[in-house]
Amino acid sequence: MSPSTRRILSFLGILAVLIAAWEGYKWMGTATGGVWPGTGIQLPVRTNERSMPHTWDVIIALLRPARRGGDMLLLVLLRAALFTWRSALLGFLLGSAVGFGLGVLFVRSALAERGLMPHVVASQTVPILAIAPILVVWAGRLNISRWLVVAVVSAYLAFFPVAINTLRGLRSPDATASELMRSYAATPSQVLWKLQVPAALPYLFPALKIAATASIIGAIVGELPASMPHGLGRAILNFAAAFSAAPEKLFASILVASLVGIGFVGIVVLAERVLIPPSRRLEDVSEAAESRGRGLKEVVA
Amino acid sequence: MSALNLRGVDKVFNPGSEQEVRAVHGIDLQVERGEFISVIGPSGCGKSTLLRLIGDLTPPSAGTVSVNGKTPAQARLDRDYGMVFQSSTLLEWRKVQANVELPLEIMGVGTAERSRQAAAMLELVQLDQFAGHYPWQLSGGMQQRVAIARALAFKPSILLMDEPFGALDEMTRERMQSELLRIRAETGTTVVFVTHSIPEAVFLSTRVVIMSPRPGSITEVVEIDLPEPRSYETREDQRFFELLTSVREGLRAVEAL
Repeated sequence: MSPSTRRILSFLGILAVLIAAWEGYKWMGTATGGVWPGTGIQLPVRTNERSMPHTWDVIIALLRPARRGGDMLLLVLLRAALFTWRSALLGFLLGSAVGFGLGVLFVRSALAERGLMPHVVASQTVPILAIAPILVVWAGRLNISRWLVVAVVSAYLAFFPVAINTLRGLRSPDATASELMRSYAATPSQVLWKLQVPAALPYLFPALKIAATASIIGAIVGELPASMPHGLGRAILNFAAAFSAAPEKLFASILVASLVGIGFVGIVVLAERVLIPPSRRLEDVSEAAESRGRGLKEVVA
Repeated sequence: MSALNLRGVDKVFNPGSEQEVRAVHGIDLQVERGEFISVIGPSGCGKSTLLRLIGDLTPPSAGTVSVNGKTPAQARLDRDYGMVFQSSTLLEWRKVQANVELPLEIMGVGTAERSRQAAAMLELVQLDQFAGHYPWQLSGGMQQRVAIARALAFKPSILLMDEPFGALDEMTRERMQSELLRIRAETGTTVVFVTHSIPEAVFLSTRVVIMSPRPGSITEVVEIDLPEPRSYETREDQRFFELLTSVREGLRAVEAL
């Protein structure tokens, strides 16, 4: 069995286990009247249709019109997801660029690192829900499109992991490698582009995966104070308000939001595969070892 | 003009603090062009520091270092130094050929010229067939040969080597030593070579410099008058054993200090 078949099978297997656990719990609660079997202890989550709709009801809801006579819910959510993803993508690119820039700045200047790092860390402890409305108000004055403001909120979450890992990666080469560059009388920018940046790439990609998911959260949350009429943030807000009437719709939007996240991370993974050979990827350790082993065998043969 | 001229060189790390370390003291050494100088001494005697002082990786606390009649800093800017360390320090994302091209790339040599020169260097270390491999696909000895090719690619006048064969097994090590002598004969490079191994120092050098424990100073310089070119027979020469003995006695005298 090829590794990719194995990967798909294990993904499907775990999905099946999760669905079985959900439905099993629901079935048990319905059978016992909401208590653990043989005891009087209440189950932590109620198992009625309102708290836990059947998994298939969520899927069916996706295929039904969102509103009477309207488009299919799946279509509505995908449209919203695409809208949100536009902000998230821009936020991701913006955040990654800023994060990378900060990493370079920090590795060049210890003073900048000492002075700025506490602010960078503090920026991430401030809840984004507090930052987003401020940005919206400021941008309103400057007459900037709201989806761009949402992108900035998304970038605010995305830049941090990229800055931290870029710095770590830029510092990863051995001292002897730096001395070698010194002996060639290399300029600081040659050291950066020929030694530090290539050395940082394997550190950069795990951060980009985190940034991809963070940028989607940032975009969804950013849409709320920006009162975007479209987007997943609005959809989730609406379906949350109507939760008691149609809980499966909220679950369906969660499903679509997570699919967008998986898709986005998938794009980053593809980019990593193209740009970084397996022997240099920080994850997939077994694969790296395998390909190193193969390499050695080639030489011996 | 000598290739190297050190006069009264001292190096003190962290002067004035509690971690103050006098690494080397009162070093006088003159090296002529084309010489092969080995520096040998007990661990921590400042051999590597001496090499780093010559290569402008650290400034002296006192005394003067002159390289081809220039300051070490100027010599570095003129790309007079090729350096090889104990670890090959190859860039893992570059293939062998691109690793050897790295210094040429930094020095602004054109694509065609740099590919030609790197290919010639790989031929010199007999790794031309591995130009398209990645460093991790090579054995330790091969990686070190790539590091030597890289150090020689821009034809530096002085090669500074810090225990370059220290991590290799004995067989590979002896092969690499012969290889290094052949390369030096072809290029005429001046070599300063730091080692722990007495046979290695004697086999390779025109002179062996013996250093005392910290603060390291030069206690004795042994002239190696073995015939050139040196070969497998050299290692079985009576004179080779006599020289081993005099270096060993020099080191023993130093350790008694």
